[in-house]
Amino acid sequence: MSRVCHFKLVLLGDTAVGKSCLVVRFVRNEFFEFQEPTIGAAFLTQTVGLDDATVKFEIWDTAGQERYRSLAPMYYRGAAAAIVVYDVTNKDSFNGAKSWVKELQRRGDPNVVIALAGNKADLEGRRQVHFEEAHAYAEENGIIHMETSAKSALNVKSIFVEIAKRLPKAGAQPEREAFPIMPPRRDKKAGGCC
Amino acid sequence: MAESKDEAPARPDWLPAGCEMLADGAYDAIIMGTGLKEAVISGLLSTKGMKVLHVDRNSWYGGDCASLNLTNLYGKFRAGADPPPSLGHPTRDYNVDLIPKFIMACGNLVKMLLLTKVTRYLEFKNVDGSYVYKQGKILKVPATPDEALRSSLMGLFEKRRFRKFLIWISNYEEDKPATYEGLDLKVLSMRQVYEHYGLDENTQSFIGHAMALQRDETYLNLPALDAVKSIQLYCYSLERYGKSPYIYPMYGLGGLPEGFSRLCAVHGGTFMLQCPVEEILFDGEGKAWGIKATIDGVPQVAKAPIVVGDPSYFPKEKVRCYGRVVRSICILDHPIPNTADAESTQIIIPGRQVGRTEDIYVCMVSFSHNVAAAGKYIAIASTTVETADPISELAPAFEMIGPVLERFDAVSEAFEPVGSGAADSCYVSASYDATSHFETTSQDILDLYERITGSKLSLEINADTTEADD
Repeated sequence: MSRVCHFKLVLLGDTAVGKSCLVVRFVRNEFFEFQEPTIGAAFLTQTVGLDDATVKFEIWDTAGQERYRSLAPMYYRGAAAAIVVYDVTNKDSFNGAKSWVKELQRRGDPNVVIALAGNKADLEGRRQVHFEEAHAYAEENGIIHMETSAKSALNVKSIFVEIAKRLPKAGAQPEREAFPIMPPRRDKKAGGCC
Repeated sequence: MAESKDEAPARPDWLPAGCEMLADGAYDAIIMGTGLKEAVISGLLSTKGMKVLHVDRNSWYGGDCASLNLTNLYGKFRAGADPPPSLGHPTRDYNVDLIPKFIMACGNLVKMLLLTKVTRYLEFKNVDGSYVYKQGKILKVPATPDEALRSSLMGLFEKRRFRKFLIWISNYEEDKPATYEGLDLKVLSMRQVYEHYGLDENTQSFIGHAMALQRDETYLNLPALDAVKSIQLYCYSLERYGKSPYIYPMYGLGGLPEGFSRLCAVHGGTFMLQCPVEEILFDGEGKAWGIKATIDGVPQVAKAPIVVGDPSYFPKEKVRCYGRVVRSICILDHPIPNTADAESTQIIIPGRQVGRTEDIYVCMVSFSHNVAAAGKYIAIASTTVETADPISELAPAFEMIGPVLERFDAVSEAFEPVGSGAADSCYVSASYDATSHFETTSQDILDLYERITGSKLSLEINADTTEADD
């Protein structure tokens, strides 16, 4: 069995471009036409198997805090990868995506792996953002680019696999002394600690 | 700020003429300020299913208890001056707390973190040591019977008495009279308990200040139960991780309000930083019903039957000043001398040791918590102001800390609400006090929660509390 590497992945992008839908498709293989704005599920995990390792993504959704550009530093912190999503039927959202990439370069880890996802690619008739334009932008900035559809599942898995391939597996995750708080074990002292 | 333009919702009748809706307009609760207290409240209300609008006038989370990078720190304390490059990267290397506090490992804030599962957004380190000042020296606080026997804080016979006292403390259970050993803590004062164990004034001083975390001597004459419980909390917390009873989050305390804010957002809360709240709106009976902010020249209004916030958001007549706190943030390139080169430490200077009433606290953290550049340390000294020259009151702390690269001083007035909120729907939190831990902060949160919801928050941690739910 290959090694399991954990990575934090964050989603970015304007409101209603389909960030949550992409994740729900990737993690649960489900799609809802009228997905509520992100509520209640902002910490999902999913693994991608590669030849040499298994990559486990801890996926952080914006939980709507992108609406007024009020994402906390905590959101960017320690993110090894980010998917910046735009809606191919909405030109503004592509401009938004470019500014999210900038924000990420400013606030995130300098080595963060970025993927640009042109979502809603199934709505060809309403397209406003051309593949070539977005692709040129991505190449200029050295980031992954794919058009995706959470509805048809097009490229959803592929974009995560592509990110997984680019993440540094060798020597990753240095030993950490910091720990998460766990609930105390129920033991002898009822009514004692915690 | 891209709002959908393709639908024009009917203009609600509550919206004043000439105003637009702020965010979605109607909410169950509006929270102003993203300090820890407000963030916990908004997270809790949101998980109860309430629709929450949370605003802050600053461009960052945390309000008074934010952790600032160098750029923001200099912006606040040295308007116009840029941080010197020698200190490190202006936006990446530092997360300097404005309010210094450590988290008691088994205290109420930890229970709130577990209960809400906000703990999964954060990582912590155990604070290396807790020290107490005695006659010009810094000494480690012994808190286990074994440590007590090795401590140089007291003489041989006193050590034995102290050890006996600690064993009694660790066995004491309020609902088991057999563990009382004849001491009724609801009746006896703490002074009488000390006398029962024959503990001298020195020992009393460090038990009271460094373990029970009392800020002055008033507890001596009160029923001993509260102080005994505080000592137990200290001991249990110490047992939890071993080095000290305190833990501290990586990247600074600012992660705490950020984490609770995220909790609120995940449950549907709306967040607006840089929201210039200019007015709380009151009806004819003096009840708050909403807030007004002018954004891009357009006055905007949101309404809610509950308006919560830190004191800085409310009209003067809603709060009163209960004291002043002086805090001094020091950037060092060395650990505090005589603390075994600890990367994090707390030092308590009992007021009486330096001829004053209120204790002085020093909290130090460092690069090892990702709050400072490599090799740099942040020590913050604080106390409740007693004189007209507050900075000088911290002199004993400065002496202990040693040479500093930079020092930022602040004297803040501490406010508390005048009313409970029942009459005016204004639920105001109290300012952060000088204590070096979050126990009083947690108490204020519990109190605020009860005033708002009419019910007490249960801090019972169930077995399923940290199971993954999504």
